[in-house]
Amino acid sequence: MNTEARAFDWAEAPAIATYNFAYLDEQSKRMIRRAILKGIAVPGYQVPFASREMPMPYGWGTGGVQVTASIIGPDDTLKVIDQGADDTTNAISIRKFFQRTTGVRTTTATTEASIIQTRHRIPETPLTAGQVLVYQVPIPEPLRFLEPRETETRTMHALEEYGVMHVKLYEDIARHGHIATTYAYPVMVQGRYVTDPSPTPKFDNPKMDQCPALQLFGAGREMRIYAIPPWTEVTSLDFEDHPFAVQAFDRPCALCGADDVFLDEVIMDDQGGRMFVCSDTDHCNGRQQAGHAGEQET
Amino acid sequence: MYVAVKGGETAIDNAHRLLADRRRGNRDVAELGLDHIMEQLSQAVDRVMSEGALYDRELAALAIKQARGDMIEAIFLARAYRTTLPRFGYTNPVDTAAMQVERRISACFKDLPGGQLLGPTFDYTHRLLDPGLAEGATPETPETRAPEQARMMRVSDFLGQEGLLEPAPDGSAKPVPDDIARTPMTYPLDRDARLQALARGDEGFLLSMAYSTQRGYARSHPFAGEIRIGEVELELEVPELDFAAPLGRIQVTECQMVNQFQGSAKAPPQFTRGYGLVFGQAERKAMAMSLVDRSLRATELGEDLVAPAQDEEFVIAHADNVQATGFVEHLKLPHYVDFQSELDLVRRLRAEAAAGTGEAREAAE
Repeated sequence: MNTEARAFDWAEAPAIATYNFAYLDEQSKRMIRRAILKGIAVPGYQVPFASREMPMPYGWGTGGVQVTASIIGPDDTLKVIDQGADDTTNAISIRKFFQRTTGVRTTTATTEASIIQTRHRIPETPLTAGQVLVYQVPIPEPLRFLEPRETETRTMHALEEYGVMHVKLYEDIARHGHIATTYAYPVMVQGRYVTDPSPTPKFDNPKMDQCPALQLFGAGREMRIYAIPPWTEVTSLDFEDHPFAVQAFDRPCALCGADDVFLDEVIMDDQGGRMFVCSDTDHCNGRQQAGHAGEQET
Repeated sequence: MYVAVKGGETAIDNAHRLLADRRRGNRDVAELGLDHIMEQLSQAVDRVMSEGALYDRELAALAIKQARGDMIEAIFLARAYRTTLPRFGYTNPVDTAAMQVERRISACFKDLPGGQLLGPTFDYTHRLLDPGLAEGATPETPETRAPEQARMMRVSDFLGQEGLLEPAPDGSAKPVPDDIARTPMTYPLDRDARLQALARGDEGFLLSMAYSTQRGYARSHPFAGEIRIGEVELELEVPELDFAAPLGRIQVTECQMVNQFQGSAKAPPQFTRGYGLVFGQAERKAMAMSLVDRSLRATELGEDLVAPAQDEEFVIAHADNVQATGFVEHLKLPHYVDFQSELDLVRRLRAEAAAGTGEAREAAE
């Protein structure tokens, strides 16, 4: 996470408008880094920060982009994924933004990246110490759909008043027999704050627990930053008689044969033909190169 | 045979090339210059400056051109540039009584010192499309008067003399105002922060909110005490200088709404104020802003909270069109992963419902 101020040579820009390294001015980066440090000091607590307008729309990753822009330095290697894939349009757009404004090296390999910005997934390849995973968060408040008022939810967090969340999960079980939350499944961080993991599938929740990498969460429109430091306890909310369980797929990836990963369903034809393939494209390509094959390849 | 989707990068580049082509349109038609936009679409420029919160006519015109006339897109461009600019300081409060007034009307008094000045207004024009304009008519030279040096007292000052109108807060309690672009907003907001949020709020949203108060959802009995449009001088205190450094002049629209008030446990019967101040000539926005400012003072004045326009968190959190458009439009981004998770759940629930012996029944019993 080396950072230094460096004027970026915005070659094609006429003098009417110029920008700093990683777009944000250094004062803004400092303000955001302070919020990040506070977040790290109080794991799972949502730190209000003076979110800046970014040159991509709110709701499209502006929180994650601000976090990345504040911590990125010329020596970093950046990976950007959306839905687990490096080649989804918004991941490409964000990667190009940082290429253009910082000139840093980018990669699709999880193992080579020092900063990974993600939307909706945690990579299948385990993260390592020294890496930073930056989440794009639309609604950082896990209690928001139970209580729309910010003034109320902040008090609820302060008092650890989380009964309403357990009641919601209980009502799911009473009505459906299951907890009917499949993504953005709430977690308890270090036994204190109920926290939104961003809209990742609950499949990814166990990866957050005791993760060696630093996890940073940026919500630009809602102006909140929070963090889960390395080696922090993250538990998914559940009940003794209805323990938390991740989704299981009844078939392996059709391309690489992996059976312990999250799969995307792809519609093949108009006759109901379907196929299941890895959502994490880097992981899938790596396995295929290592000689693994799914049913389509054999 | 399935091959993972690739080529998003080329698709994006091609989409942007096509966009640039469509923006330019027919090459046989002369290209719009920024001066055309600044001179002939000046109220579009004003709106981009006020909601983009950046007083720069040239950049606003560039944003409008680049956005193909999509106002919210242009406002977004201005905002995203503004946010990168360093903050030098805060100017002294603008003295709108010293405004070089181009338009000034009051709905409260038939005549008043300084008089009623209609200025360049659409009011009383008959909204008949003008075929002459389509052909490019040269307008007559307007009647003008010599600029006046005298301050033009505000209607609120006349009313204030009698104590009928609540005094304006003098601001001494808070010499440095909140800055919503530099500190996170936390509710409840002070009025200065709220007014900033309203000043760059979406014109359409504020208009509808203001309209709702007129139709009975938190009625505030408003009178347009005064609307004035003109140029004001900006001054900055610089520590090294023993005088305030003049920075230049900007055009603003100010609206002081005067609202009848029956009194409450917290305040005696009197007229109360709603305030609107917007960059450029933006009367609709300034009026809407002043109505919403007044309705949002309900808690401060001890009024019953009965309508959306009185709910600060509801109004302020949803007034910003750059935020709103981003989040509404983000729904077109891929959500494969979440949708896959929901597909799985709905299939499971349906299967259990069909079997009629699901865990659901057991749990319910």
